[in-house]
Parts: sequence; C-alpha cells; structure tokens
Amino acid sequence: MAPVSLLVVLLALSTAAYFFGRRKAFALDGRAEGAVKMHSRPTYHGALTALWCALPALLIFGIWLAFESQVITQLVVKDMPESIRSLPADRLSLVINDIRNIESGNFVSQTSNPAMQAAADHYRSLRSISRHALAVITIALMVAAALFVRSRISFRLRARNHVEGILTVILVACSTIAIFTTIGIILSVLYEAIRFFKVIPITDFLFGLDWSPQMAIRADQVGSSGAFGAVPVFLGTALISAIAMVVAVPVGLMSAIYLSEYAGKRLRAVAKPLIEVLAGIPTVVYGFFAALTVAPFIREAGGVLGLSVASESALAAGLVMGIMIIPFMSSLSDDFINAVPQSLRDGSYSLGATQSETIRKVVLPAAIPGIIGGVLLAVSRAIGETMIVVMAAGLSANLTINPLKAVTTVTVQIVTLLIGDQEFDSPKTLAAFALGLVLFIVTLCLNIIALYVVRKYREQYE
Amino acid sequence: MNSHSTPSAAATPRRTIDIVNLSLKRRYRAERRFRFYGLAAIVLSMVFLALLFVSIVGKGYSAFWQTSVRLTVFFDPEVLKQDTLVNADYAALVRESLFKAFPQVEGRQDKRQLNALVSSGAVYQLRSMALKDPDLIGRTIDVWLPAAADVDMLVKGHFRRDLPEGERRVSDQQIDWIDRLEAEGRLERKFNTAFLTAGDSREPELAGIWGAVSGSFFTLLITLVLSFPIGVASAVYLEEFAKKNRWTDLIEVNINNLAAVPSIVFGLLGLAVFLNFFGLPRSAPLVGGLVLTLMTLPTIIIASRSALQAVPPSIREAALGVGASRMQMVVHHVLPLALPGMLTGAIIGMARALGESAPLLMIGMVAFIVDIPKGVTDPATVLPVQIYLWADSPERAFVERTSAAIMVLLAFLVVMNAGAIILRKKFERRW
Repeated sequence: MAPVSLLVVLLALSTAAYFFGRRKAFALDGRAEGAVKMHSRPTYHGALTALWCALPALLIFGIWLAFESQVITQLVVKDMPESIRSLPADRLSLVINDIRNIESGNFVSQTSNPAMQAAADHYRSLRSISRHALAVITIALMVAAALFVRSRISFRLRARNHVEGILTVILVACSTIAIFTTIGIILSVLYEAIRFFKVIPITDFLFGLDWSPQMAIRADQVGSSGAFGAVPVFLGTALISAIAMVVAVPVGLMSAIYLSEYAGKRLRAVAKPLIEVLAGIPTVVYGFFAALTVAPFIREAGGVLGLSVASESALAAGLVMGIMIIPFMSSLSDDFINAVPQSLRDGSYSLGATQSETIRKVVLPAAIPGIIGGVLLAVSRAIGETMIVVMAAGLSANLTINPLKAVTTVTVQIVTLLIGDQEFDSPKTLAAFALGLVLFIVTLCLNIIALYVVRKYREQYE
Repeated sequence: MNSHSTPSAAATPRRTIDIVNLSLKRRYRAERRFRFYGLAAIVLSMVFLALLFVSIVGKGYSAFWQTSVRLTVFFDPEVLKQDTLVNADYAALVRESLFKAFPQVEGRQDKRQLNALVSSGAVYQLRSMALKDPDLIGRTIDVWLPAAADVDMLVKGHFRRDLPEGERRVSDQQIDWIDRLEAEGRLERKFNTAFLTAGDSREPELAGIWGAVSGSFFTLLITLVLSFPIGVASAVYLEEFAKKNRWTDLIEVNINNLAAVPSIVFGLLGLAVFLNFFGLPRSAPLVGGLVLTLMTLPTIIIASRSALQAVPPSIREAALGVGASRMQMVVHHVLPLALPGMLTGAIIGMARALGESAPLLMIGMVAFIVDIPKGVTDPATVLPVQIYLWADSPERAFVERTSAAIMVLLAFLVVMNAGAIILRKKFERRW
C-alpha cells in the first residue's frame, strides 16, 4: 500500500475511533442515575480513543518509512555476490544508486547487467513486503488500541485529564523541534566538515590563498590536485557584503529617520509599505535584476569612463544586495528610533536645538546600540544571501578587493559544489560542508551578538 | 550646542543671543541638508523599486503573447497509417505545408531554413489533433502552429533587423519569408496558453511554468500542513504553559537564532539528513516541503506568539474563573481569538517560502523536469528555481519568459500578502 493512501486510512480510522469511543460514553451517560455522573464529557472519551488510536500508529509509520530504505539496502547488499560486496565504500554507494535507479525505472549505465537487475528486483520485492507489513502492523495496532481504550471507558475514567496530558506532551514535543533543528544543522555540517578536514588540513583551508576545488577523476589528469585555500572566497564574501552595507546602511537609516521624524502622515502611509515591498521580493528576482540589468549597465558605464569592468563584477552583486537589505535596515532602525522616549527630544528642543541637531546629537546616540545590532543582523543576512550572488557574482576565486573585478562568495561555492549529481566522498563536495560550517558559525556569532545587543537596548527604555 | 558658539574672528558679540543668531543661518542650512538626505534616501529606494518593476515588466509582458503561423496542412493518409498514428512522421506534414506555402524554395540549405520557421512543438500539436479526431486524416485544413522562438523574437522586435546578417540569428531570407507570411495574414500574435499550461522545455516557445507552479503547490502544501500546526503548538506551549526557566530560555534563543540562519544552511541540513541519511527521493516536493518547514517554523512561531500575547489576560482569567482547565481555556477561548493573527503570520511565512530557492537547489530541485508533478514524491522544481534555471539560458526568448515567470511569481506573492492584510484588517481587535 502506498504511504499516502495508508496515511489516509490511518486518519480515517482515527476519526472512526473518535465516534466509536464517544458512542460508548454517550450510552453510559444515558444509563447514569442519581448522583453517579461521568467524570468527563463524552467528547473527551472519543478524543482519548482517537488519540491512542492515531499516535502510536503514526509514530511507527514515520519511523518505519524513515529507516526503510536503509534497512532494505543493507539486506540487498548482503545478498549480492561477493565481488560486489567487497567493493570499496564509494564504489558500493554508486552500485546502490544504480540499483535504486533501475528499481524506479530510470535509465542507468549498466542496465544490461543481470546481477544488477536481480538486485533491483530483490529491492523491489523487499520494499513491497515492507509496505504490506507496515500496513498490517499499523492497522492492527489501531484497531487493538481503539478496542482497548473503549473497553476502559467508564464513569470513573478521567478522560479529560488524560487527553490534556497527551496534548501537553505533544505541545512540548513541537516546541523542541527548534532545538532539534539546530542540533541537526550542527551535527550534519560538522560531521561532513570533519571528514573534509581529515583530507585537507584545517589550516590549509582557513589560511590558504588558492581556491580551485577541482578533483581529479583519473589520477593522470592535468591539474589533478584541487586547492582548498578559502581565503579568496572569504575575501570575496566580505567585499560584496561591504558594498551591500555601504548602500544599505546610509539609505536605510536615513529613510527611517525621515519617515519617523519628518514625514507627514500621507508620505508615511505611502512610502513605508512601498519600502516593505522591496523586502517581499524574492531574492531570485533581485539576482535576475542584477545579472541582466545592473551588471551590463555598470559595465557600460565603466566603459564610458575608461574602466574595464568584469561582467560579473562584485559591484553589481553588492549594489543589488544592498537594495535588498534597505527595507530590513530601515524597519529595524525605525523601531529603534521610535523607542527613544519623546522626553529626550523635547529636552533637546527646549534648549533650542534644530530638528536635525536633535536627531544627530540626541536621538541617534540614544539609539546607537540598537542600530549597531541591526547592522550586525544585516551583515549576517548579506553573508548568507545566496541567489543574488549565484546569479550575479563570479565563480572563479580572485584574491582582490577591486569591486570592478569578479569575485566569488561562500554561498556561491556551496551551490556550485553541490548542484547536480555528486558522489559524497570526494573532498570537492565535502568542501561545501566545510564552507557551510564557517558560514553557520560566523552568522551564528553575528546573530547572537546582535540579538543580545538589541535585547539589552530594548530593555533600556521599557 | 557648544561647538556652534565659538565666536568668529571678525566680530566679538557680547550677548548669547547674538552668537546664536550668527550661527543660525549655517544651522538652518545643515537642517535643510539633513532633510534633503532623508528625502533622497526614500526617493532612491522608490527609484530602485520602480526600476526593478519597469525592467521586469518591460522585458516580460510580451511573453504572454506568442507568434503563431497559419499553415494549410494536408493530413496525408500515406504518412498517417492508422496503426502507427502515435509514431507517424508529423514533421513531414509540417514540411509539406511549408513547401506548399513557399513553392519557389529550392535546395537543402534553404529548405532547412524554411523549416526552422516553425517550432518543433508543431509536431505534437498535429499529433494530438490527429489522435483526438482521426476523421481529419485525408482532409486539408488551416492550422495555427507555434512559430519558432527566433521568429517570435523578430516579430516582437527583440532582434534588430539592421544588424549585419552574420550577427543575427535570423537570416535575410527568413526575414523575407516572415514578412510575406505577415502580409498574407498568416502570422499572428495569440495569447500564449502554452506558457501557462506547459512544463519546462528546451525550446523557449514550448516552455511553460505549469510544472513549476504545481511543484511549488505541492511543496507549499507540505510546508503548510507541517509548519502551521507545529508552529502554533510550540507558540502555545511557550506562551501559555511553559514556566520561565533555563529550558524555555534555550528554546527561545534557538528559535530567534534559527530565524536568522542563512537559508542555504537549511539546504545543507536537508541534503545531509533527509537525502543522505533517511534516503528520501531527490528533487521531490516532499523533501523541499520538509526543508522549508524547518525554515519557516521560526517565523510562524514568532508571529503566533505575538498573536497570543495580544489576547488580554482578562479572557484567560475569566475562563479559569468559571472552572475551565488550562487546556480548555487555551483551546476554547485564547486560540480562537489569536487565530486570525496566527493565520496572518502563516500566510507571510508561506509567501517567504514560495519565494525561497537557495535551500531547494541543495536538495536537487534544480533538475530539468519536463513532466508535470502529480504528487509529493514526483521529481519537481518550483517557480523561483525555474526562474533561476531560465535566467541561465542564453536565448533571448528565455529572458522574456524569465521575466514573465517573475511577474507570475510576484502576482502570487501580491495575492498572498493582500490576503494577509485583509485578514488582519477584518479580524484585528483592539482590546
């Protein structure tokens, strides 16, 4: 049975279990006499039946499907001829991939191989067995659970407390997903990165000046050794982020100041949502804009001035990224400026300061911790931004701080290293995880500092 | 304002008011300058926004029309034998009708150029016509067939006619034929239904966004089904049940941090955990939805928490006062009041997920997929990734289609955000 239809059956059965339990409770309630009353209302008895019916079955369903393909692969490999089983791990994973491809009816290079075909058939039959077993087990479990709970329904059963207890457990479980996500990110990225650092020493990675992650397919290939010195990549990221900040911070800050201190109601009502629109535009659209409109424009403008500008210049990507961050910067600054108490402004005006003097000498210094936090958050967004640089920045790692040259960034490298089919053991793909680890750590530090600063600042005026 | 009161060398006024008056002119100038900077910043952002829209709409609006050629096609019974109707040589029918329209064309080179005027999709159109209505065989009818992308570009004026022939994708002779077709009324721009209903294709004139839209739909469906209940449940726990202690602090810090983690890192997580560890299928909306769920959860949790905070404590106290349990208080009274705010947050989170592409690149949703996905495990791509793929294609016709796909994506986003605003306006309560 296909997992989706099984899931539908499971949900239908639990709904049925709800009515099944509730009917019994209603029947009991009808027989109640005098002082004896049901502890809980019938709906709670129904809900209790449904929950016990659904939850264990869903749990098994999820775990089963999560580990199914691994277990089946193990079983298939165990029954394969010795010659294949003794292959090194990376070749074996290719063979397994081929088997899965044959099984799902895709074209592969070795379709004619009878051993592979047999393995694929084996795989298919095992999976069919597994799916049937899953269906039988879950449905049997549900029926048994429903019958059991129903048999326990009585005047005394504290169904409401049980239901509420289960719901609380579910709520707690849901709230821990955020923690598991973080752990998952750290573990998966760290694990692959450590495998990478076993091949390439971490010092070479962090301080090397040469980045060309081409690994040889054959040993005798020209230029066979890849170089994994990530400094040019880091420098490129820093360059593009710096350009973005040069655009975003002044424009965002000044527009926030104007909107909150000077603008009349009508301008505010029009301009604020329009700036928010900039925030809602997907980054892939900015990337397209950067690559097809801004980059050619900058190159032609450079040509007029007699400068040679690369067609994938850092300037174009940084400029557009800056535009993307303007609304973010502006709305954060707006919050912080509005949080400055009016009394500070009034005090300044009463001393005869003009409005701009008040803003520059009283409001901004009071808001500066928050604004710094906002800038840090913006930097973290710029570093992690992917689509704009993938579409508008270069691929080759140049060690330069000239904004008219093409540079590459961490995110661009991650994407180019991981797009398409990869074998999972070459340093080339593992390098992407090492870069991901650096990206995660840097943005995490920036975020933690920024959130701390912002929180401290907010508390100051509350 | 000590710095402004330094007396100038020329005059040494005695009274403070004179010092102030002397500096006023300069200070007012500074004031105006500052104001101007602020206004300039706003104008600059508006200009960027306008430029973005103008450049995209300007490039993309023409993709909604597609040039078609009317040809007189003879459904030759010789070519279309009943038993092989599916595999018959429909290209021959197109060729024949083109030669009939231009009988003077001789030579292989010229004939090939002539054939290049009509899209290779014409074959599929004729085939589906013949399969649908076998009575057509043996008859001669006028059929509107899609023109090749280069013809389309020329007719729309995206190719310059005054360039030397070698630098153009369309030869002088082809231009001559196109002009003649146009003069005979055999060339017309029609609404481009293929763009809205077809899957991806290598041929720009046949490429459509429906495959990507379906992929986006399935991906967002998974995201919504998972992230909304989980997000609301976490928010309810943190706001209504959790005691303030180390553990809940940890959860909170985690959620705030996850909201600011770069989206591509979620893609790495999806690749390492969902694909390599759990062995889920590549390129599937299921995995895309899981990754986007993890990504949008923080947004939804944060929005749901502020919706819960907006419900006044008196409601809770009243419910508890008449003997409701904590869970009953939340489910019967607090949640219904907070639901509009939560839904608004969910829509905004979904809009962000719809525009997200970086994590999906990591889990293989960038494959070239022609078929339209029918379920959550079929290989699929999503709208923003389709835009990314087309943006990489060198043909001029794909630039137009990329811009048009962006317009469609932006239209979806506008609708979603407008829905969120209407929801907020309609159900927002001031307590």
